[in-house]
Amino acid sequence: MSRPSKSRSLWDPAIVRPALVEAARKLSPRAMARNPVMFVVEVGCVLVTALFLRDLARGTATDVGFHVQLVVWLWFTVYFANFAEAMAEGRGRAQAASLRAMRTSATARRIRRAGDASPLPAGPMEGAGEVVNATALTRGDVVYVRADELVPADGEIVEGVASVDESAITGESAPVVREAGGDRSAVTGGTRVASDWLKIEIAQDPGAGFVDRMIALVEGSERQKTPNEVALTLLLASLTLVFLAATVTLEPFARYFGGTLGVDALVALLVCLIPTTIGGLLSAIGIAGMDRLVQHNVLATSGRAVEAAGDIDVLMLDKTGTITFGNRQAARFSPVAGVDGRRLAAVAALASLPDETPEGRSIVALARTMGIEPALPAGSTFVPFSARTRMSGVDAGDRVLRKGAGDAVLAHVRALGGPVPDDLAALVDEVASVGGTPLVVSEGRELLGVVFLKDTVKPGMRERFERLRAMGIRTVMITGDNPRTAKAIADEAGVDDHLAEATPEAKLAYIHRMQEGGRLVAMTGDGTNDAPALARADVGVAMNTGTQAAKEAGNMVDLDSDPTKLIEVVEIGKQLLMTRGALTTFSVANDVAKYFSILPAMFTGLAAFQTVRGDAHTSRFWALNVMGLTSPQSAILSAVIFNALVIVALIPLALRGVSYRPLGAGALLRRNLFVYGLGGVAAPFVAIKLLDLVVGALHLA
Amino acid sequence: MSPRLLALTVAFFAALALLAVPLGRHLARTFEAPLRPWERRVLTLAGVDPDRPHTWRDYALAALAFTLVTHVTTYALLRLQGALPGHATGLRAVPAWLAFNTATSFATNTDWQSYAGESTAGDLAQTVALTSQNFFSAAVGLCVAIALLRGLSRRETDALGNFWLDLVRAHLFVLVPGSAVLAVFLASRGVVQTLDGPAVWRTLDGAVQSVPRGLVASQEAIKMLGTNGGGFYNANSAHPWENPDALTNLAEMLAIFALPAALCVTLGEYVKNRRHGAAVFAAMTLLALAGVCALGHFEHQGNPLLAALGVDVTAGNLEGKELRFGVDASSLFATVTTDASCGAVNAMHDSFMPLGGLVPMLNIQLGEVVFGGVGSGLYGALVYVVLAVFLAGLMVGRTPEYLGRKIDRRDVRLAALYVLVPAFTILVGAAVAVVTDAGRAGVLNTGAATVNAPWGAHPHGLSEVLYAYSSAAGNNGSAFAGLTAFSAARPVFYSLTLGVAMFVGRLPLMVLALALAGSMARKKQTPPGIGSLPVEGPLFVALLVGVIVVVGALTFFPALSLGPIVEHLQLTAAGGAR
Repeated sequence: MSRPSKSRSLWDPAIVRPALVEAARKLSPRAMARNPVMFVVEVGCVLVTALFLRDLARGTATDVGFHVQLVVWLWFTVYFANFAEAMAEGRGRAQAASLRAMRTSATARRIRRAGDASPLPAGPMEGAGEVVNATALTRGDVVYVRADELVPADGEIVEGVASVDESAITGESAPVVREAGGDRSAVTGGTRVASDWLKIEIAQDPGAGFVDRMIALVEGSERQKTPNEVALTLLLASLTLVFLAATVTLEPFARYFGGTLGVDALVALLVCLIPTTIGGLLSAIGIAGMDRLVQHNVLATSGRAVEAAGDIDVLMLDKTGTITFGNRQAARFSPVAGVDGRRLAAVAALASLPDETPEGRSIVALARTMGIEPALPAGSTFVPFSARTRMSGVDAGDRVLRKGAGDAVLAHVRALGGPVPDDLAALVDEVASVGGTPLVVSEGRELLGVVFLKDTVKPGMRERFERLRAMGIRTVMITGDNPRTAKAIADEAGVDDHLAEATPEAKLAYIHRMQEGGRLVAMTGDGTNDAPALARADVGVAMNTGTQAAKEAGNMVDLDSDPTKLIEVVEIGKQLLMTRGALTTFSVANDVAKYFSILPAMFTGLAAFQTVRGDAHTSRFWALNVMGLTSPQSAILSAVIFNALVIVALIPLALRGVSYRPLGAGALLRRNLFVYGLGGVAAPFVAIKLLDLVVGALHLA
Repeated sequence: MSPRLLALTVAFFAALALLAVPLGRHLARTFEAPLRPWERRVLTLAGVDPDRPHTWRDYALAALAFTLVTHVTTYALLRLQGALPGHATGLRAVPAWLAFNTATSFATNTDWQSYAGESTAGDLAQTVALTSQNFFSAAVGLCVAIALLRGLSRRETDALGNFWLDLVRAHLFVLVPGSAVLAVFLASRGVVQTLDGPAVWRTLDGAVQSVPRGLVASQEAIKMLGTNGGGFYNANSAHPWENPDALTNLAEMLAIFALPAALCVTLGEYVKNRRHGAAVFAAMTLLALAGVCALGHFEHQGNPLLAALGVDVTAGNLEGKELRFGVDASSLFATVTTDASCGAVNAMHDSFMPLGGLVPMLNIQLGEVVFGGVGSGLYGALVYVVLAVFLAGLMVGRTPEYLGRKIDRRDVRLAALYVLVPAFTILVGAAVAVVTDAGRAGVLNTGAATVNAPWGAHPHGLSEVLYAYSSAAGNNGSAFAGLTAFSAARPVFYSLTLGVAMFVGRLPLMVLALALAGSMARKKQTPPGIGSLPVEGPLFVALLVGVIVVVGALTFFPALSLGPIVEHLQLTAAGGAR
């Protein structure tokens, strides 16, 4: 989270200035048609303007000053709504520019074209292949990148080990090691190879990479309305229709009384009643939501995924690296009866010597503190860990050294016909019961004892889970550990549930079961074996350090590779929906004050209700002027001005989102109903009264 | 609120709550009972496969077909009255447009009457055509509500039950026994029930007076229980032979609210959340109480013009009221009958004070969801619940869900249309009426003629028209009776437009409710958690009340300003000036 230029001042001139121009361009009816509410306003504006110009031309215009102001403020209503959208898009574009900076326009050395199946020579290939523009690369091309060159596009390493500087994306300055095979084989376009060389198979077509898609989303050009947004737009359109009926039918009613209300007043009333506030800010809210996500260094493939994040009921987190620090440290050697502790330490250290995992290194380090210096005999071979065997070790001549999960090593020894010491189970249990990972060590058919790998829960996890629980989200810890270890860690971390000895199938089944029960599931993952579950989950956040398969399976990528980031993603999703709901409520609640301002004013013109003919102030309706506004014209103008200015006033709220606190739904609703419902009723009474005073003081009407 | 009205209101709602709980549970049991052998035989005989559950489309088609067939039958019986036996002497065929309007009115559970019952329809028409239609239309409403409740309580299915089976059960286990009990009670209090023809008296001044009689008690019972409201007599429940005393008055009011209130309890039973049913019940009760308080208040004020003349108005506004019932019982009755889409009246709403008359009109305009009609009240209210939950759901930061079902664009579209259609019908209908000669001709209350309004406009005239279209589209049936909706000189305009309004206010909404039921039934259900919106408790009640009031008030406040509101302003100004 150290990427520069994150928090941009809201009224940054670099964004405001182009937005002012863009807002005018958006007045084109074709652009407006996407937004039914504002489209109706624009049609009203055109109507009022045309009629005013006609009257001017005929010389029949009365109250020219009032009408000019009315026309101008009605147009401002549309303009301000466009401005809000342009602001959000501008901020998105600025965000996109910094994303784009990581895409290179540099060249790349292509050593094999896509579709070419000929084998590549092993080893470095300085000067081989052809130099092409990075944007010309397609999926399947293989490029050669050496130290100090940029990775031209997202891809998978097919050969080589290199340290890669990913600070352009993550802001993390320390380079990370990337190598072919395993879970660290993916590289992102725009990162820099710091040492050595890599052969990379490009995994995307030009313009289809994650970053490209994200740029399109934050810029708004490819933004599709999310399901909730569509539903809300429908509701707003229906409200608009209701108010259209309520307003338009007033003219026949007025005619019945032998009067007319005039197009100006009717359009003013309509514009004030229809939900212009939310209608004008709706798209800005959506764009700003995506923008906030990018500020948190998360890339999403669609706005839909962000919205779904707000609905999450179950959050599945990998234990290792998420809940615990992940680099489990060897803390103790516990030999079985009859075995010397030093022998156990020596065998464990030897079995771990070629093992570069943190656990392996910590075993060697612990042995060294006991004065044991293991040395690998010549000709010995390393047996790496695999998810299937769940153990690793060394074959040194006729010595078969193994360490691994209890049942795995046990099965291995039994297969060789070895005995199982009576006290082994107790040793294993002892370690597991305190949340440690017991690693059983064997030599040949002899079981030597247990290495206690200590797993430390990250500080602050319990609080985060409590926060999630308050939001109504259950956390589930996934781990390959045995049930006892899993339970001990789960209890310590305070998760709601855990899935022990989780295989990819078990994860998938768990997600499926949750979804069958109607729950929405989010999960984070980085490995290729997480991919099916990431794809299955409603929200799958892949770590940027993860494999290409994981990234493609998920619908979000966290550039910081911080699995707890999901909490922020969920909050952004919730904030997005809350902002829409709050502003809709506010918008509708505002109508009460607007009624009391405009309705009496427009009816005062009806002669049937005037006690002194031609004097609007003697109208029976003026008794409804509860705000004590100066004159009917001022009342109408003040309401229209309020209606336009409130859009501008709420732009910051729309862009930042209403504040979210992890409370239960009831408490949240009470709070928002109070602030935006009651506040929405009260605020315009005050504001319109003040505007009326200003209008009166300036003799504007 | 006067102490008498307070006592009456408290007694009424207490009795209602006591009645609603067992009745609501009875409804849930009735409609979910396993198919009985004789039911199977009856349905098979009628060509219905009782094992085939209806999808929402099947259900809607069946309900529409049934409604239209009964509509045509009623029309035919009214037109052929002169040629058929069983009618009092001198009654001939009902005129075509009036028959259309009346048949539509009874088929849609509106029971708007552009005629005087006793002098237009004979025994055959009253009993066979109108009384049975009272049962039919109420049963259809009940069935549709039950289908929606099934939609809300089932998941991932298309099956909403079988309309024909529900229809049979609605009659045999709910409407027929309920109205039989009520009819016997009413008859015991003096409501007439005879086929002996009119009662004939020689009056004191020697004239012979003949007062029609018929099967009144039986018709009266289903008129209330089925929230129909079409009276045997023109004076409706103000007539001593329809509503003789305080007890029958209370019983009739209870009968109006009985099924709509019970359905709230049924809702709780179906969705296995009794507190949700209670919350909907509470929201409706609050809205009804607000109406009673306001109406009672304005009627007790009395007319300032009379007060200015030195008349004692401490008894309140008594114009158009039965002195047997007075201001209090009339205020409660008027609120109940317009909250529910009943439309029976024991006082003339047209004669209420301007703001007093606004209350029943607004009650109808809220969408007939304050208890509302049998079935239609609940499904209308649930549409508002969906809208309320949608708005509130966004505000708690989740995709809005109702009872664990995510509300998507389809549901919002259905709910929004449900609210839009009647609002449009009312406003556009009234607007057309006041700008056409035919429409203006029916208006009773006129003002001074002016150059621009030579017909002499008066706010009360606008109120009459607005009330008529509200009543028609809301399927209520009560009226500001000053409006002459049918006359031999102008038979078409109101008969046609109000008839269309009744259809539009009934059939499309029924289909929308069923489509919503279908949509809800297909959804997955998320178990409730603390992150999901609570649909019980005071907060939800306040939210539901707020949404109903805001949508209704915002839609109709402009039009009402030119009707009752300005009439009130004129009246108070004039009263004060003298």
